[in-house]
Amino acid sequence: MKTSALPEDPQQAIRKVKVRSRPIAASLILVGGVILLVFGMALAIAVGAKDIALPDVWNALFHFNPDLTEHQIIRELRMPRVIGAAIVGAAFAVAGAIMQGMTRNPLADTGLLGLNAGASFALALCFSLAPGLSFLGLMLYSFLGAGMGVGIVYGIGSRSKGGLTPIRLVLAGAAVSALFTALSEGVALYFKVGQDLAFWYAGGVAGTQWLQIQIILPAVAVALVCAFALARSITLLSLGDEIATGLGQRTGMIRLFGVLIVLVLAGAAVSVVGSVGFVGLIIPHLTRKLVGVDYRWIIPCSAVLGSLLIVFADLAARMINPPQETPIGALVSLIGVPFFLYLAVKERRSL
Amino acid sequence: MESIIHQAERRKRSRGLLIIAIFVALIIVAFIISMNTGFIRLTPIEVIRTLFGAGTDQQHLILFEFRLPRIVISILIGAGLAVSGCVMQGVSRNALADPGILGINAGAGLMVMLYVSFYSSKVSSSVFLLPILALIGAGATAVLIYVLSYKKGEGLIPTRMLLVGIGVAAGISAAMIVLTLRLRPEEYQFVASWLAGRIWGTSWKFVVALLPWLILFMPFVFYKAKVMNVLNMGDQTATGLGTAIERERLLLLAAAVGLAGSCVAVSGGIGFVGLIGPHLGRRLVGPKHQILLPVSALAGALLVLVADTLGRWILQPTDIPTGVVVAVIGAPYFLYLLAKTKV
Repeated sequence: MKTSALPEDPQQAIRKVKVRSRPIAASLILVGGVILLVFGMALAIAVGAKDIALPDVWNALFHFNPDLTEHQIIRELRMPRVIGAAIVGAAFAVAGAIMQGMTRNPLADTGLLGLNAGASFALALCFSLAPGLSFLGLMLYSFLGAGMGVGIVYGIGSRSKGGLTPIRLVLAGAAVSALFTALSEGVALYFKVGQDLAFWYAGGVAGTQWLQIQIILPAVAVALVCAFALARSITLLSLGDEIATGLGQRTGMIRLFGVLIVLVLAGAAVSVVGSVGFVGLIIPHLTRKLVGVDYRWIIPCSAVLGSLLIVFADLAARMINPPQETPIGALVSLIGVPFFLYLAVKERRSL
Repeated sequence: MESIIHQAERRKRSRGLLIIAIFVALIIVAFIISMNTGFIRLTPIEVIRTLFGAGTDQQHLILFEFRLPRIVISILIGAGLAVSGCVMQGVSRNALADPGILGINAGAGLMVMLYVSFYSSKVSSSVFLLPILALIGAGATAVLIYVLSYKKGEGLIPTRMLLVGIGVAAGISAAMIVLTLRLRPEEYQFVASWLAGRIWGTSWKFVVALLPWLILFMPFVFYKAKVMNVLNMGDQTATGLGTAIERERLLLLAAAVGLAGSCVAVSGGIGFVGLIGPHLGRRLVGPKHQILLPVSALAGALLVLVADTLGRWILQPTDIPTGVVVAVIGAPYFLYLLAKTKV
């Protein structure tokens, strides 16, 4: 906050990024995180209403026997759920990191692009006008809603006279979100579907099916690779528009790509689990704290940490009060909030 | 050179005054239309006649006991939330700051939800209890956020406070989600409509309860307009100009919380006014707080008044929560302004 008031030399700024990034910590997180993630996923598959021994998990994966109930449970119920959790966590976290880097606002998350609000408005309409729509249909409509939200925010932000500045993006996002939230509240109150909506929106990976994974996995994977490719530009953008332009970056193009990536990542994630948006806010903060300000490290590390958080949150959601499941959105917030508060209190610099 | 600056200054001021005049005129028009709107229609002439004490008893009752308090409350809430938002944005220098970000809406909402989920049968008898609970919830949240973000030696850094505020608000919403799932449908309906911002208190008692807060805090904030201009320039400049940033910030924030808390207690979650009111003002008259604060207040008051009137009128006889209408009419206009202006 304080340094940003001073005029900065681009080269100096880059040097500062290099000094502030911690590659060793980042590599540790990547390697350790992936190992922990694999272990966590195996655990999440093994634990549940019916406990299954780890060797059985191994057998179900590599020596699948359709006659055994355990193997069926693992293949059809637990695996899609756990894989879905990991994908969704990575998607939300990376989308959040990109948003914070692009807008230079530590409060930014994917909800700010009008994504969550658009999706929930589409859902409110589905629940009230076409009850009994299939899960896949709901997913499709909520992705369309998310796309509509982002389209309006980006369209208004970029068609205005001064171009798409971060502040304009953020303000347009807040206004569009408020609009869609209000509309869905109105629809929900009028048709009295609020509580159903709250259930869906509270988030959960319980009903995840292989079909959904097959749809979102390729999209999310491609978007993650693109995000990584864009990481250097986002680092520069996070130093400020002047510096980025001075170093030959085309800020407008980067923002457009950034927004598209965020749409694919967060849109897919929202449409599968509902709103677990808080992941997109806390994980990038945590990662920045751990690995420094270089987005080439922040993005992959965020992906790993985000997956970890959701996989474990989902595990906890099943274990707290079996056989009922606690909404994962609430759980992520409850785990994340104390942690986030600790970071916010500790951290000196804002971004 | 001097005279050019003076001229520009004077032109800006007269533009500001013009905008204030336009807003006041619009509020008066909206006032009359709102008087006229509702289940029983009154013509403008009847309204005016009744206002001067020459109407029938029935007209008198409708106007003075039902519509007038509601209108006055709408105006007060709009003005209070907008000024509170303006202070929040000015002090934190973050365009996204609004009273909601301090967790005030969430805190108030949680209290209401807790009350409904434990004592649901007495919902109808709790006309006064509910606002008081909401006020307690809002105040407690604000204190919690303050305690968490205050640090010895560094004082209260706005960014940290916003982050803490978001964290606390997220925690509270999570608790609310968990509570939501155990509510019965009709209880949920009640809470949801409270959260969506339904002007809850509609009698003169609420006006009397709300007014002292506004009388206390509004003039104070207006009096501090110059300080806010200086704070806006950044901490270093402000210190350099001899402002005791710490103290001023704290006082201003306390005023903002007081304003927003008392308004939210009566209105439920109409947080959007606090975000959009100041931004509308800034886009119309620029960042000088002496003129920005009154313009924001008027913009907020007009927005809530119009929204409340529309909410009563669109789907008669059910009324739509004011907060929903505020966002539905406020957001497009705000987006239009955003697209049109350069800054």
